[in-house]
Amino acid sequence: MNKIFVGLIFGAILGAIDGATAWFTPDVRTMMASIMVGSTIKGMLVGLLSGWFARKVDSVQWGILLGSVLGLAFAYAVAALQQDHYLEIMLPGFVVGAIVGFLTQKMGTPAPVKRTS
Amino acid sequence: MELSDSTLRHLCEVVDQPDLSGTRYQLGEELGRGGLGVVYAAHDTQLDRSVALKVMDADWAGEARLIARLEHPGIVPVYESGVLPDGRVFYAMKLVDGMRADRFAAVGPPLGERLRVLLRVGEALAYAHSTGVLHRDLKPQNIMVGRFGEVYVMDWAVEGVGGTPAFRAPEALADQRSDVYGFGALLRFLLPEAAPAALQAIAAKAMNQRPEDRYPDVPAVLREVERFQDGLAVEAYAETWWQRARRFARRNEVLLWLLAAYAAVKFLLFFWRPG
Repeated sequence: MNKIFVGLIFGAILGAIDGATAWFTPDVRTMMASIMVGSTIKGMLVGLLSGWFARKVDSVQWGILLGSVLGLAFAYAVAALQQDHYLEIMLPGFVVGAIVGFLTQKMGTPAPVKRTS
Repeated sequence: MELSDSTLRHLCEVVDQPDLSGTRYQLGEELGRGGLGVVYAAHDTQLDRSVALKVMDADWAGEARLIARLEHPGIVPVYESGVLPDGRVFYAMKLVDGMRADRFAAVGPPLGERLRVLLRVGEALAYAHSTGVLHRDLKPQNIMVGRFGEVYVMDWAVEGVGGTPAFRAPEALADQRSDVYGFGALLRFLLPEAAPAALQAIAAKAMNQRPEDRYPDVPAVLREVERFQDGLAVEAYAETWWQRARRFARRNEVLLWLLAAYAAVKFLLFFWRPG
């Protein structure tokens, strides 16, 4: 399984789980379906980019850093759309991004090495 | 005429030294003495380089031929063999600049470095077995660790040589599993006092008195040691659930910290809602 696929799978699963935790916030329970879909897509995007990065760079630290930055950025975009719940969306998004970044570094087959000579 | 003790001693030493006239080598100091012969440092006058010269006690030309057949980075290459004027066989090989594994272990290197040396020895041994050659006398004194980390297995014994008691398998007929025993004994020797139980179990299994209860071959031992290094369970050691959990936690430390961070964030946000 290549790293981009690993990123997509784990991004989707963790994004969906993160979205599902919105159930613990009573005032957004009515929007559960859209939150879960949005969170899953957000996770998949982070996973896709982290997986692509992991194919290029073999470093757990950089993977975690990039994943968390991407997680934070996409979570900010989601929160900015609603103009609310910045902290509740961005903090977990940041950590989920870090986890996805870590997993793409640890799992999946790296890109084949290209020989230039 | 009477000779002094020192003169006699000198004469004895000179008589004992091999006569290298007619060869391209100049004799240097004695490096070691084994069951089959003596190893000297020597200088190759033709190629202007230092070599190790093993002079056999008897006509053991087979050993040189045996080693010359083995071409592996972990086996000292033989440059040339010949016969001295007194009929003794000698062979020249690479002079390794380093220390024996027993001295290496005495310096107190970290466990990872000890295992690296062991794995290099195992790779050389596995290669030799694949060509049908047994070592028969695997022990720390026959392993050299070079200055730059290179590892060499030396003194490949020929058939009929017994081996060293503490490292020798109990069975009379030597086969691959006898070398597995020696390899296990080497692992046990290289381990520090407070070595992990899994590694001690691997050594114990390799050194089982019954050959059929040992690992079938050296690569099987190598796989076990590599599994240990990767933080995986080893076949030779039955863990308790607590040890298994600790090993899992060590192996997945970063992931567990990240999951804990996520749980902590969610927990805090649940009890502390801004606005």
